[in-house]
Amino acid sequence: SAQFQLAVPVAVVFAPGSVPGDLPRPLPFRDVQEMEISVNLRPSIMSRYETVYRRTTAQEETALDVATAQEADTALHQLQDASLGSLTMYVVPETSSLLPQGISVYVGKHRSALVRSGGSLAALHTRLRQLTQVMSFTASSISAALSDRVPDGQLGPDARRHLKSSLGYEITFSLLNPDPKSHAVDWDIEDAVNRYVQPVLDKLSLVANFSVDSQILYYAVLGVTPRFDKESSSFLLSAHSLPHVINPVEARLGSSAASLYPVLNFLLYVPERSHSPLYIQDKNGAPVSTNAFHSPRWGGIMVYNVEAPASPQVSLPLHVDVDMVRVMEVFLAQLRLLFGLSREELPPEFLVESPGNEGLADWELDRLLWAHTVENIATVSTTLTSLAQLLDKIGNIVIKDDVASEVYQAVASAQSAMAELAVGHLRLAFQASKEAVTSSERAFFDPSLLHLLYFPDDQKFAIYIPLFLPMAVPILLSLAKIVREARQCKKEPTKMD
Amino acid sequence: MAAAVPAVCWVRAAAALLLGCCGAALASGIQDQAEQFFRSGHTNNWAVLVCTSRFWFNYRHVANTLSVYRSVKRLGIPDSHIVLMLADDMACNPRNPKPATVFSHKNMELNVYGDDVEVDYRSYEVTVENFLRVLTGRIPPSTPRSKRLLSDDRSNILIYMTGHGGNGFLKFQDSEEITNVELADAFEQMWQKRRYNELLFIIDTCQGASMYERFYSPNIMALASSQVGEDSLSHQPDLGIGVHLMDRYTFYVLEFLEEIHPASQTNMNDLFQVCPKSLCVSTPGHRTDLFQRDPQNVLITDFFGSVRKVEITTETISLDRGLAGFESK
Repeated sequence: SAQFQLAVPVAVVFAPGSVPGDLPRPLPFRDVQEMEISVNLRPSIMSRYETVYRRTTAQEETALDVATAQEADTALHQLQDASLGSLTMYVVPETSSLLPQGISVYVGKHRSALVRSGGSLAALHTRLRQLTQVMSFTASSISAALSDRVPDGQLGPDARRHLKSSLGYEITFSLLNPDPKSHAVDWDIEDAVNRYVQPVLDKLSLVANFSVDSQILYYAVLGVTPRFDKESSSFLLSAHSLPHVINPVEARLGSSAASLYPVLNFLLYVPERSHSPLYIQDKNGAPVSTNAFHSPRWGGIMVYNVEAPASPQVSLPLHVDVDMVRVMEVFLAQLRLLFGLSREELPPEFLVESPGNEGLADWELDRLLWAHTVENIATVSTTLTSLAQLLDKIGNIVIKDDVASEVYQAVASAQSAMAELAVGHLRLAFQASKEAVTSSERAFFDPSLLHLLYFPDDQKFAIYIPLFLPMAVPILLSLAKIVREARQCKKEPTKMD
Repeated sequence: MAAAVPAVCWVRAAAALLLGCCGAALASGIQDQAEQFFRSGHTNNWAVLVCTSRFWFNYRHVANTLSVYRSVKRLGIPDSHIVLMLADDMACNPRNPKPATVFSHKNMELNVYGDDVEVDYRSYEVTVENFLRVLTGRIPPSTPRSKRLLSDDRSNILIYMTGHGGNGFLKFQDSEEITNVELADAFEQMWQKRRYNELLFIIDTCQGASMYERFYSPNIMALASSQVGEDSLSHQPDLGIGVHLMDRYTFYVLEFLEEIHPASQTNMNDLFQVCPKSLCVSTPGHRTDLFQRDPQNVLITDFFGSVRKVEITTETISLDRGLAGFESK
């Protein structure tokens, strides 16, 4: 098993007035830093940051000469031709007003970041390291991608809760209306999907194929009865009852019979009139602002409370027009979390730009691709190894030609993916890894490889001995007789003489 | 049943109920502690339930499988995650005096057939080949989703098999057998492709312990109704239906499972105690050396139910309302 090398092309661009005094060489110069990502397993993984240090060009200087960091980011993006997986760090003078007070690093929507100069090269290197941890990959994201191969017990049970890398995903939006007599709920899901979901899926189209469905379920109740809280005069679902909510609903959700892709369910629950308003409580008893929760590898549920009508005498059913933007903000955030893109652990002094309607920033897409590429290559390796072991163990399995060609193709694609990773071509590496996974899965799961041919030795004896032993007895006896007669014949001539 | 329910069963049932009640009543702090202690790392549950014998007089095997099916559904595993294989149809068998029912208790107390049974492999489709194909995933591409085991590396799978068996084999359909070596190899194939996180294998046949002797893949826990050399006996005949309704081991397992609800904290050690020799005549066995966690920390609902890990969503993204994202493709 060869060594894994993940190469990241990095550019550090110094704006005028930000060059630190202690540079080892005059600008521009190149530097390569290799580090082992300590993941205790074979093969070891090396990360290689190929950094180019240079000054800003005139155009970049104009781009940086704007009022806010967002504008600078947009302007710089148009100048750059950043390939997938690369990142650029623009160093601005310490006193620059581009970055707000107290913020030293601004991470944009694309693949660049603005950093306040720290004065020395060491400070710069620290910032660079922090930035690469945020924008490309960390040891934990890579080891989580390889969790299949890490010996058990090293990663906690929480590792790898994100969706596994797959060729496609099915997304289903369901509206649950348990009380249609009281609420006539209308949701313009088609419009919402086209406006808000589709741009995100388009951005993720490199990662996988997505298909979107929606449905409305009536009289679908949650598995838990909510508690009435007198103080807030609302109904509460406590955090530890949430795991039991999903099951009764799931039986009714259904899934497409034709596709085998993992399904992500997003449920919007409109509580019954008798249980309104319904709030979800977190572990500390505080109501959750989003009123939603999600389950790893499954999907998310959001509770949508209908405002009680002003006058008690109102004709039922109440017409409810769902505010799809509020709903989609939560669902898309849940989609991000399911994929493992979270904004939680950022170092202080970092400001990360919100990705807006696209749903995720370019560098978040890169993070996903790094993890998925590594995972794909690891999967291919495990699959082909186990296939080889299977063939070793059961010698009389026949390998058809197409299975063999799939195996060769898988190996070739995996090698190409590793080669591309080592030079930093993330897009090509990812596509090669996808092809490798498809081929290896097809080879491993080929229906012809079923080993129903196990015959233990004692069964062989048990079957063949009763058949052949009775037949063999007269044959052996007559053979013995022939041999004896032949020997006697040989003796007699000598006697006659 | 004229005889009183054995006192041991009563105490156990009461203890389980009390445990359940206490679990719900105590402060959430202890719940947290319990959560952390019992964590198994799985995100979904699957069940593969197989009844391998056909003919009317093997009614009890179908009833066994359907009781486990019913418990598993009640505790939360949806039909889409259950592969149910029944080798013969008892409910609509012409010899069934109560059509569309399969009873597990004498005096027809409990109809395990229910209203919404979904049988995935029926009648002659239950073969050793199909069973191994389901486990290993080497299924022809035309197979529908309901007939597949689409588990991943974070699935806990329950495999229950019942029928007629012997030392090292289990009989399928009266014409073929699956040996314990084949089964062990199939599980190893599953492990190699990481098709399970943890596996619970339960078998209710004569000499059932022989079927789990050969397992060598990690994270498998196995239970059997009898040791090698012993026969598993059936429980009670019903004079109205005319056949034995259930096997003893599964009968007591069903009684045990009826006390479990989705929030239950009962663990595997309790399941190992079900049906001692005094009730079952045979000696139930279990095997836990391949399993990483201590059986004390394994909840029944880790395998029989489907309790999902849940996280509160604290982040949202901000969408621009005014953006018209209409793209005609």
